[in-house]
Amino acid sequence: MKTRTMTALGAAAAIMAVGGVVKADDPVNMTVVSWGGAYTESQQRAYHDPYMEANPHVTIINDDGSANALAGLRAQAQAGNVTWDLVDMLPSDAQLACDEGIIMPIDHDAMLAPAPDGTPASEDFLPGSLGECFIPQIVYSTVLTVNHEQFPDDKQPTTIEHLFDVENYPGRRALQDRPGTNLEWALYADGVPIEDIYDVLATPEGVDRAFAKLDTIKEHIVFWTEGAQAPQLLADGEVAFATGYNGRMFAASEVEGQPFDIIWDGQIVEWDGWVVPADGENVDQVMDYLYFATDTQRLADQAKYISYGPARASSAPLVSTHADLGIEMGPHMPTNPDNYYAPIVLNNDFWADYGDELRERFANWMLQ
Amino acid sequence: MDDQTTSSGLVTADGQPLKRSLQRAERTRKLTALALVGPLLAFLLVIFIFPIGQMMWRSVDNPQIVNAIPRTLEALQEWDGEGLPDEPVYAALAEDMRADAELPRREQWMGRMGVRLNYELSGARGAIARTSRAVDEFEPPFKEAFLDAHRNWGNPELWQILEREGRPLTASYYVAALDREYDSEGKIVLRDENRRIYVSLFGRTLALSGIILFLTFALGFPIAFYMSTLPMRYANLLMICVLLPFWTSLLVRTTSWIVLLQQQGVINNAAVAMNFISDDQRYSLMYNMQGTIIAMTHILLPFMVLPLYSVMKNIPPSYMRAAKSLGAKPWTAFRRVYFPLTLPGIGAGGVLVFIISIGYYITPALVGGQSGRMISNEIARHMQQSLNWGLAAALGSMLLVGVLILYWAYNRLVGADSLKLG
Repeated sequence: MKTRTMTALGAAAAIMAVGGVVKADDPVNMTVVSWGGAYTESQQRAYHDPYMEANPHVTIINDDGSANALAGLRAQAQAGNVTWDLVDMLPSDAQLACDEGIIMPIDHDAMLAPAPDGTPASEDFLPGSLGECFIPQIVYSTVLTVNHEQFPDDKQPTTIEHLFDVENYPGRRALQDRPGTNLEWALYADGVPIEDIYDVLATPEGVDRAFAKLDTIKEHIVFWTEGAQAPQLLADGEVAFATGYNGRMFAASEVEGQPFDIIWDGQIVEWDGWVVPADGENVDQVMDYLYFATDTQRLADQAKYISYGPARASSAPLVSTHADLGIEMGPHMPTNPDNYYAPIVLNNDFWADYGDELRERFANWMLQ
Repeated sequence: MDDQTTSSGLVTADGQPLKRSLQRAERTRKLTALALVGPLLAFLLVIFIFPIGQMMWRSVDNPQIVNAIPRTLEALQEWDGEGLPDEPVYAALAEDMRADAELPRREQWMGRMGVRLNYELSGARGAIARTSRAVDEFEPPFKEAFLDAHRNWGNPELWQILEREGRPLTASYYVAALDREYDSEGKIVLRDENRRIYVSLFGRTLALSGIILFLTFALGFPIAFYMSTLPMRYANLLMICVLLPFWTSLLVRTTSWIVLLQQQGVINNAAVAMNFISDDQRYSLMYNMQGTIIAMTHILLPFMVLPLYSVMKNIPPSYMRAAKSLGAKPWTAFRRVYFPLTLPGIGAGGVLVFIISIGYYITPALVGGQSGRMISNEIARHMQQSLNWGLAAALGSMLLVGVLILYWAYNRLVGADSLKLG
């Protein structure tokens, strides 16, 4: 509430300050909202720096607001003062924002670069990834990771089932404090085939079954909220298992040398990408930037800095080695065939429909 | 002459009636005072009162459904509330959906209505989204077309919700905030046991705040007492020790507690090294209620110590000597003379600590795990993640009213004018 009033005041000040018309080559400050940390760093090096080099009049300012992107977009739209030019967010939230009309619809073929061989953008991006207002950048996954020092060499956990097997794989488990991913894994570990998980979860019996499975490990769970907490808990030896984003787990294990092993079994796969707030001041510049930043080469470049898979099919063959470490990035990608053997593709339609109810149930379960 | 004096009373030297002259002087004084507090008052109005008013308004504001489907709501008035409505209602709904799609995106209400309805019924959002994309191809009879498009259009519950919530104001956020819901006859009943959250969380928040209040008092009283008896030089040194953590960033202090309390942390490692406990029996000091209590007691301690100290400093030591010289034992003198004089400080510190801890959320979120969470964590979750701002506003308003009631009760029992903040 406070910030809304503040932004409203800011809006008045901004209107008074701008006054004149902005010409094409006048300096442009572009505010790009993203997730911060290693992820923003990868965007800075793969997209922002080369773009600013080619367009010296543009300055890109990073804002680490993506965790609350939808709340921020709503507040700015309601206050009539849109200060964000480009926002990195999840497709489920992007669909909500799109329905509310606070972000721009995207004509993918007209606005984005075709693949080098001429394939139009709408066919080059991975199937199902494009949204009405959403341009995917990466495929990321939520994975189970273990600290291998906590288990004997001949008894390392390797599957989601082991997460729920406290007897053979003792130690605490760090799970995210929300139902998404946890309920899917509970059912998967309980023997539900991957393709049936969401059908089962849509029934009251299925929900009971998932919570009953979670009950079996409840006293061993430590809940995390922020993405950075999971690798921290695992590195400190506070927990033996942690769920987390594969890029952060990669950074901890490969860049920082933590004794982590990623378990790709049951990895929960989702997209992440750009949306453009409606009524921004620099829309033309933003569209120009997007054409550049989402082309085949740029998406492949981002994978030099972080282990998220590019969202274009044509980028995959161009993925090379890590810019600083020199290791092959292919084997660390969630979409690598060796890792993609049992993926659960996050069903955003399901969570749009059942999320409100299941979040309440999950909050109740956590408090019990 | 005589007449004039009696009718207008006393006059000043320049012939003005004294009453009016005094009034004028008083008015100037009041205006000066207002001009002095004016900026702060305006600041408070804009930054404090206005947002609180907005929050309360949002907790009952319900524009989505009335704006999205006016024609349908009108047609629904004919409906008896049993089973499914008839064809005219579905036809009106199709018309509403088509009209909404014609509007510029920013003015469309259908998507927002879907989000709103999903709070009441799972799957409603999907029903609206999928149907509004297909509605252009619908042909009469519309009832069948809708039932084919999504199963929820055949669910009487959805229609009951539309009828109940199809007005500009709603109580349903408060109903949900009290762990209650409407049953099929429209009565307010308790929610299913596994969806109740908030009432027990309010209770826990009060209980935790009470424990923290007691601990800050138990720890703060002796410190403040000791400081008040020391000569100024040493008292100042101790005061800096109290204030130093107070000046450190909240996040730094919380993270330091994580370093100390975690299972592989300093305290546990020391206990293991000294053979108090074996390696596999490490204490769980955080990610539970203990974590919240320990960290918050530390963070809020200065709020108790400072008012206590300022009150104790002003109690003349001669009172205790007088009590003793009149034959009281030290304990009696303390209990009957000294302690009652510290009550204003205890009251002020207590109110501060209690009210601040009721609304705390960063520390519980970081060290509280599941059992150490408080109501503000739920409010923050609804503000930032589930984006159910109406429910967040209802919870926030209830918290505000709760604090006001507590303050009122305190005022009745102890008297707010006895507060002494230092």
